[in-house]
Amino acid sequence: MIEVRDVTKHYNGFTALEGVSLHVPAGSLTALLGPSGSGKSTLLRVIAGLESPDGGQVLIDDDDATAVPPRRRGVGFVFQHYAPFKHMTVRSNIAFGLKVRKRPKAEIRERVDELLALVHLEGWANRYPAQLSGGQRQRMALARALAVQPRVLLLDEPFGALDAQVREELRIWLRRLHDEVHVTTVFVTHDQEEAMDVAEQVAVINEGRIEQIGSPRELYESPANAFVMEFVGPVTRLGDDEVVRPHDVSIETEPVSGGREALVKRVAHLSFEVRVELALDDGRDIWVQLTRAQAEELELEPGHIVWVRPMAGRLAAAV
Amino acid sequence: MPANRRTRIGLRTVALGYLGLLLAFPVAFVFYRTFENGLGAIWDALTTPNAIHALELTLIMVAVAVPLNTAFGVLAALVIVRGRMPGRGFINAIIDLPFAISPVVVGLALFLLYGRQGWFGSWFLDQGIQIIFSTPGMILATVFVSLPFVVREVIPVLREIGTTQEEAASTLGASPWQTFWRVTLPAIRWGVAYGVVLTTARALGEFGAVSVVSGKILGETDTLPLYVEQRFQAFDLTGAYAASALLAAIALATLLLMTKLKPREAET
Repeated sequence: MIEVRDVTKHYNGFTALEGVSLHVPAGSLTALLGPSGSGKSTLLRVIAGLESPDGGQVLIDDDDATAVPPRRRGVGFVFQHYAPFKHMTVRSNIAFGLKVRKRPKAEIRERVDELLALVHLEGWANRYPAQLSGGQRQRMALARALAVQPRVLLLDEPFGALDAQVREELRIWLRRLHDEVHVTTVFVTHDQEEAMDVAEQVAVINEGRIEQIGSPRELYESPANAFVMEFVGPVTRLGDDEVVRPHDVSIETEPVSGGREALVKRVAHLSFEVRVELALDDGRDIWVQLTRAQAEELELEPGHIVWVRPMAGRLAAAV
Repeated sequence: MPANRRTRIGLRTVALGYLGLLLAFPVAFVFYRTFENGLGAIWDALTTPNAIHALELTLIMVAVAVPLNTAFGVLAALVIVRGRMPGRGFINAIIDLPFAISPVVVGLALFLLYGRQGWFGSWFLDQGIQIIFSTPGMILATVFVSLPFVVREVIPVLREIGTTQEEAASTLGASPWQTFWRVTLPAIRWGVAYGVVLTTARALGEFGAVSVVSGKILGETDTLPLYVEQRFQAFDLTGAYAASALLAAIALATLLLMTKLKPREAET
């Protein structure tokens, strides 16, 4: 379990974190999601002890860890570019944490063999990191972090440096690994799909503050504000403060109260969804997502005049 | 493209010619002149008591200056690159002093400080330790002039490897001491090794600073470079060439040793 209380961190006048509080339940898989420069990596580094906060507290399994150096926190950290020890073989990399703890040789060998199997690198034990692919290097870094049986596992942009296909595979693999090992895990990402797909709990961070914490579904369906709504899914803007999901806009062929006149410009039949592009009476371009059935019923054609309105309760709360 | 090819060959000729004329040819010539009179003459020239003493003294210089400057160099590089204390820029600047100042000036400064009338010299003399015109002074001069090499070789390597490997080690439970020996030092080892080779070469060959503080007492405070000059002045060309060749051979052996030790893994 990790508890972050009111953590603040400044770098020469720049505010990286401002009063951040976060609860990560034991055994959960949590994502810190935010745009670059939002402070999400700084928060992860504060939890690991690699940065010390200017104010606030970090608790790991109910122990106040704020002043504890990284090596005594019991955290496993996987760095963005994996930080492999380049002069060591895969086996020595994974064994590092056990060696500095002066564990018996036989025990180290056994544990490293276990981990090599867990991350599917059995045949690569005597290679050097430079001889591995990106995905393999990342799995090595994971095994190295897990070797010391950390209380929490922290991953900084774990899939950031990989190409699209490998990313997808590793995502599924990380989920399975978490089910197997069940260590409290926090990972940082700027990719909302990745966060929503992998994590049980997502904390959305922006400009050093936590905007919202919740399950992927909560974030999508009841975002706390327009920023969260925009960051975790598609949106369209009916007005400067009227932000709504494109599937939460209804289209009527007759004038309705609260509806606004719009001109249909294009109807695109994508697979299951139909995408309608319209121009509002004030010239603003919007788009609406319909199902096939809805689209067939409305019989929309470019040039039609329709009336659009957001569905009840679906507008984002003003920031 | 033929035109480019001609330019390339032209450039190569100029570069190789320059290197040959200025570097390879003079060194080769020393060896040539050395072996001109046969191996027997060289052996005789190098086994005189004075020559043996000069070699011993030179090796003592290397044996003290190299470990000292290696330890200090790595420490200073760590402070400059990783440290947070104020005054790092100042340290960084003064480390180049031995490069900037003429070795003769260094020798004179040591002379003034540690000589009979110097600030520290008289105190040391009271303790029965003679520094100038004796081995300690020559060691001081050698350490001074060969100080910057390890620092200058290690700093860029430290910058390049960054801090993430060290951070990784700390999250894995390594103490700062363990992190240094197991992660940082292996990562910078080629920078250190190259610095050691340059330091050795400089310590072997230093003339100016050592010459001022040694007093050039034959058979007592004569290092190999001083001995070469002394033989040369005495019109003993065989002795001068033989000692020169020995100096060059030791330096080349150090360089070869490092190249040999460098494993393949470092090339990737």
